[in-house]
Amino acid sequence: MNTLFADSRPGRTGALPRRPELRAADMLPPSLLRKDRPRLPELSELDVVRHFTRLSQRNYSVDANCYPLGSCTMKYNPKFMEYVASLPGFTALHPLMAQLRGAGHYTQGALQILWEMERLLCEITGMAAFTLQPMAGAHGEFTGAMLIAAYHRDRGNKKNKILIPDSAHGTNPASATLAGFEVVNIPSRDGILDPDDLEAALDDTVAALMMTCPNTLGLFENRLPALVEKLRRVDALLYYDGANMNAILGKMRVGDAGFDVVHLNLHKTFGTPHGGGGPGAGPVGVSARLEPFLPVSRVARQQDGSFCLDYDHPKSIGYIAPFYGNFAVVLKAYAYILRLGREGLRRASEYAVLNANYLRKRLETILDMPCQRLCMHEFVASAPQGLRALDIAKAMLDGQVHAPTVYFPLIVPECLMFEPTETESKQTLDALAELLDEIVRRGQASPDDLAHAPYHTPVRRLDETLAARSMVLTEDMA
Amino acid sequence: MNIPATVSYTDTHEWVRLDGNDAVIGITDYAQHSLGDITYVELPAVGDTLTQGAEMGTVESVKAASDLFSPVSGTVTAINEKLADHPELVNQAPYEDGWMLRVALSGRPSGLLDAAGYEKLCQE
Repeated sequence: MNTLFADSRPGRTGALPRRPELRAADMLPPSLLRKDRPRLPELSELDVVRHFTRLSQRNYSVDANCYPLGSCTMKYNPKFMEYVASLPGFTALHPLMAQLRGAGHYTQGALQILWEMERLLCEITGMAAFTLQPMAGAHGEFTGAMLIAAYHRDRGNKKNKILIPDSAHGTNPASATLAGFEVVNIPSRDGILDPDDLEAALDDTVAALMMTCPNTLGLFENRLPALVEKLRRVDALLYYDGANMNAILGKMRVGDAGFDVVHLNLHKTFGTPHGGGGPGAGPVGVSARLEPFLPVSRVARQQDGSFCLDYDHPKSIGYIAPFYGNFAVVLKAYAYILRLGREGLRRASEYAVLNANYLRKRLETILDMPCQRLCMHEFVASAPQGLRALDIAKAMLDGQVHAPTVYFPLIVPECLMFEPTETESKQTLDALAELLDEIVRRGQASPDDLAHAPYHTPVRRLDETLAARSMVLTEDMA
Repeated sequence: MNIPATVSYTDTHEWVRLDGNDAVIGITDYAQHSLGDITYVELPAVGDTLTQGAEMGTVESVKAASDLFSPVSGTVTAINEKLADHPELVNQAPYEDGWMLRVALSGRPSGLLDAAGYEKLCQE
């Protein structure tokens, strides 16, 4: 498929731009004016419509088909959220308006939504306070690690380690390292973190334990109270990676369980677009003892009931994001929460767990199951003896289904990680199981057949090794 | 699975060939097979000090990035420069052309596995 630049023809045009009333040359010094014309493609409207329609058809999206990508919660993004985010009262609001002297009253609606969203997330998680600023999950993790560091610094604690179980999310070690901590990996036992294994790694230099719960095996960490008690003894904090929050909405509040820091992925759990449809948002909630360290600015309600931005937090870790995070994402998630309500959110989690267990049961005779017990919202399977997870994943693409996560978590061999989410129907899950049954049979009859899949996608099997060994990250637009 | 008797092993799938005060280090055939096509090897620099059991580098494959743990304590005297452009050597010949480091030992390593012990570990 050609780029727009390749299809460009001199003089072809699709829109008649309005003649500007003011010319740049009349307003800017000559040194700031460009010398050459910008190199933009020249196309008709139809050229452009066809180009982007074709691109969208080649793209894979949850709007078109099932997307059981484990650990990523690729649930359907309800369209009413787009409607709310496209209201001109929001789209026409300049992000600097809230800081403009005398303009505060123009921004009351937006500030109120931020303020209320913080309260909603506090209610859902049981935390004392939230910042909505982190712009993605890993940014939330990094912010959380900075908050942990600030807490210990404030108390004069000398701590440099963060413990992370091997069943945690892969980004946790990176976030902790980037924040300056030394990461200590703890093995899980039967897929769960055992208090004795924590004890063995625990000493006065441990700043925190970062947990993903349910973990990446789709299992609930059922030894939490014992873990919390051990951490408290050495003044270590407990961090909750909320990427798998979709399993426990309305069922468990992590603040009540003793967690000190939690990040949520609004683009997973709260249905805002994800992946290429992002951007995301990774709000961070904290217990009362960490609240003084939250990033500025914070939204405050004044005595007269109006809202303002508050910068007066001397212990704050400072600025972590431009403006107030990804406001439109927060807005969509706010709409999602209000639309579903308390009951709806609880039901979303119940259906997510039910769907995952239904699919796990359907696949039991087709794939190997390393964990033979009830799962939460996702589960891991292994490719049957003699088959490769990668080949199965590639063959699924021919069946018009997005591949699951493969080779993660690392503790499961030939791993396939499925998360169907609550928005898929029983019919879709049955079709997915039948597809996998057919793929495995094909593979067992002829492994070579699978090794060359996919056969019907816009591009066939890519050379991932070559792509990783000699990366080409630029495109010649000439 | 190739598990030669001429080298010693760690439970984190590195091998080490001890020769007097000298040690040559790499990853095992089992490790390269589990990782799949290796795309990048990050090694310490010549002159760096290694501690047995501590992280000494990273191997990236199409499947995963995995830490390397030093099987010995000592000082790095040479690294396999070829791996920068040809990481596939680790897949092709993990015990020969795919070697990673040469180290001058600062003490005798302890707790290494012999071929039989390592084979047992891989079967678990």
